Amino acid sequence: MLKKLLSISLMLGVSTISTAAALAGEVKIGFVTTLTTPAGVIGKDMKNAVELAVEQMGGKMGKLDINLIIEDDGFKPDIGKQKTEKLVKQDKVNFVSGFIWSHVLMASRKTVLDAGTFLISSNAGPSPIAGKLCNKNFFSTSWQNDQTPMAMGEVLNQQGVKSIYIMAPNYAAGKNMAAGVERTFKGKIVGKDLTKWGKDAQLDFSAELAKAKASGAEAIFIFYPGKAGGAFIKQYQQAGLQGKLPLYTVFTVDSIALPKLQKAGFKGVLGSRMTNFWAPDLDTPQNKLFVSSFKKKYGSYPSFYAAQAYDTMYLIKSAVEAVDGDLTKKDEMRKAMRSANFPSVRGKFTYGKNGMPIQNFYLREVVADADGVWTTKIIKTVYTNHQDPYVKDCKIK
Amino acid sequence: MDTTLLFIQFLNGMQLGVLLFLLAAGLSLTFGIMDLVNLAHGSLYMAGAFICASLTFWTGSFIWGVLLAIPAVALVGYVTEFLVIRHLYTRSHLDHVLATFGLILVFDTSVHLIWGSQGIAVPLPAFLDGQVTLFTDVVFPTFRLVIILAGLLIAAGLYYLVNHTRIGMLIRAGASNRTMVSALGINIQFLFSMIFALGAVLAGIAGMLISPISEASIGMGNQIIITAFVVIVVGGVGSMKGAFIAAIMIGLIDTLGRSYLDTIFKLFMSSNAAETSAPAVSAMLIYILMAVVLALRPQGLFPPKARG
Repeated sequence: MLKKLLSISLMLGVSTISTAAALAGEVKIGFVTTLTTPAGVIGKDMKNAVELAVEQMGGKMGKLDINLIIEDDGFKPDIGKQKTEKLVKQDKVNFVSGFIWSHVLMASRKTVLDAGTFLISSNAGPSPIAGKLCNKNFFSTSWQNDQTPMAMGEVLNQQGVKSIYIMAPNYAAGKNMAAGVERTFKGKIVGKDLTKWGKDAQLDFSAELAKAKASGAEAIFIFYPGKAGGAFIKQYQQAGLQGKLPLYTVFTVDSIALPKLQKAGFKGVLGSRMTNFWAPDLDTPQNKLFVSSFKKKYGSYPSFYAAQAYDTMYLIKSAVEAVDGDLTKKDEMRKAMRSANFPSVRGKFTYGKNGMPIQNFYLREVVADADGVWTTKIIKTVYTNHQDPYVKDCKIK
Repeated sequence: MDTTLLFIQFLNGMQLGVLLFLLAAGLSLTFGIMDLVNLAHGSLYMAGAFICASLTFWTGSFIWGVLLAIPAVALVGYVTEFLVIRHLYTRSHLDHVLATFGLILVFDTSVHLIWGSQGIAVPLPAFLDGQVTLFTDVVFPTFRLVIILAGLLIAAGLYYLVNHTRIGMLIRAGASNRTMVSALGINIQFLFSMIFALGAVLAGIAGMLISPISEASIGMGNQIIITAFVVIVVGGVGSMKGAFIAAIMIGLIDTLGRSYLDTIFKLFMSSNAAETSAPAVSAMLIYILMAVVLALRPQGLFPPKARG
C-alpha cells in the first residue's frame, strides 16, 4: 500500500516537474490552416509536412521544446481571425504561421502584428501585405500572389501565344493571379471570368468554358486551387478543348489533384504546364531529404503547400537558434530570419524588405515518374531571383 | 449576339435545371406531402455520389455504378426514415430542422470516416466522355446531354407516376388531406416510407450524375440544397409541375447570368468593376427571383390545388 502511494506520488512529482520544465523552455508555434470542408485536403498536406519537420528536429529547436498548436480556419476569414486571436491572446504563441487563403490572412494579420508577434505565411501572398501594409514582423515562405502568374505570362510570350482567356475565383488571390499574368503577358486578353468562391464555390464551369471556346482565344490561363482544379480539368477534357485551347495553369495541378486524376484516368492533364517556385524534383539537398522522407512517411508526393509549410518550420528554427532560445530578443530573431539563413527546399534565396522571398521561378510539366506515378518535373527556369512588384509601396527600411 | 453560344448556354442551363429538379422533386414530395422539412436531403445527394463512385471503381463501369447505386441509396433513404425521420412527423418544424441538421453532421462525418476527406473523381466510359455535334458549330459534351435526357425522362416518369397511377393518387390525396387518407384505411406510414425512399433515390441520382463533372466530396449537398429550397418555394410547395418549371427557370437564370451579366455590366461601368460585381450579382439573381415571387405570389407559381 505504502509502496503504491509512494510510486503514485513519485509519478505525480515527476510529471509536475516535466510540465514546469516544458513551460520554461518551449517555443509556441501557432499554425492556422484548413482542416475541414473539401479544402481540408490542402491543410492535411501542410499538417503532415509540419509534423514531419518537427519529427526530424527531434521535437526541439535549439534547447527549446516545440509546442505546435494547429488550428482550423474552416475556409472562412471570420473563423480564421477568431482562431488567430485565440493563438495570440490565450495561447500567447511566439509565432503565428500557416494561412492557405489570402482573404483569411488579410482578416487575421492585424491581430498578430499589433501584438508584436511574428507572422509567417506558409502560402497566401496577397498584394497589400507585400506593399502598403508591409510589416517588419511578417515573413513568407511562399511567394507574393502575382509572381507565379507573372512567370506564366512570360512563358506565354516565349511560346508566341497572341491571345488568352483568363479564369480565376473571385477573391483576393484570384484577382492577384489574373493581375499577375496581365502584367507580363504582351498579347490580348479576350475574356475573363471571376467565379464564385468560398464555402459554396462554383464547381461547374459549363457556361464559362463555352464562353472561352467561343472567344477565339489561343490559350486559356486558369488559377483554381484545391478540388475546383480537378473539377475544371475534367470539364475541360469533357468539353473537348484539349488541343484546341491549350491549358496553362498556376496552383491548380498539384500533388493533391494528380493522384485523383490518375486514379480516374484523366490523361488530358499529362503534359500540361505551369509555373512554380518549386517542384518535387528540384535539385537541392534539403528538397531531396524532404521529398524522400515525405514519400516514405505518407506514401505520396508532397504538394507545394507542404514544401512551404516544411520551410516555415526551418525558418522558425533558424530564428530560435540564433538567439539561443531567448525568445525575448525579437530584434535579433527578426534579423536572423531576414538573412534567410536556413536550409530551404528551394535552395539559397534572399528576403526583400517586405518579407517576401526573392527567388527563382520554374516552368514545370506533368509527367509520369519512373514508377508510373503522375508528378511534375522542371522544364526550365523562367525567372532568376525574381522580386514582387509591390515592394516599391512598402515604406519600411 | 452569337446564337451558337446562346444555344449552348441554354443547354448548359437546362442541364443545371434538370439536376435541380431531381433534388427539388424529392424535397417537394417530403415537404408537400409529409410536411417534413428535411435539411438532410443534400446528404442523400452526397451519399448517391460517393456510393456510385465506389461502385464505379468496383465494377469498372460508371453505368453499373449508377444501376447498383440506385437500390443502395433507396436503402439508405429507407433506413434513415426508419431510424430518425419516422419519429419526427408529429413534431414541429423546428424539431425537423434540428434533427435533420444533426443528420447532416452524421452523414458528413460518416462519409469522412469511410471515404476520407479528399473526395473522389469519377471516371466516365469513353463513349460518354467525348462531345457530340448537334448541328454545325454546336458541339456539346456528351455527358451533359445525357444528364438533360435522363432528367427529362425521370421527370416524365414522375409525371406518369403522380398523375396516372394508384400510388400517385395516394400521393396527391396525401398532399391535400392526410388524415382523410389514413381514415380511408391506407397505410400512411408505409406510404411515407416509400415516398421518402423515392425522394432519396431522386437526390441520389442527381449526385451520381454530377460526380463525373465535379467530384464526390464532403458537404457537396449542403451547397446545392439551398438552391433546391429556392426552387420549391418559387414553384409552390408540394407541386411536381411547379418544381420542374422553377428548376428549369432557375437553372437558366443562373447559367445565363454567369454568361452574359459581365458583358451587360460593361455597358455602363468600368470593366474592372463589372468583372468583380457580375459574379456576385449573378449569384444573387435566383434569390432576387425568390423575393419577387414571395412578394407577389407567396404560395408559389404553381401551388397544388386543394390543400387542407
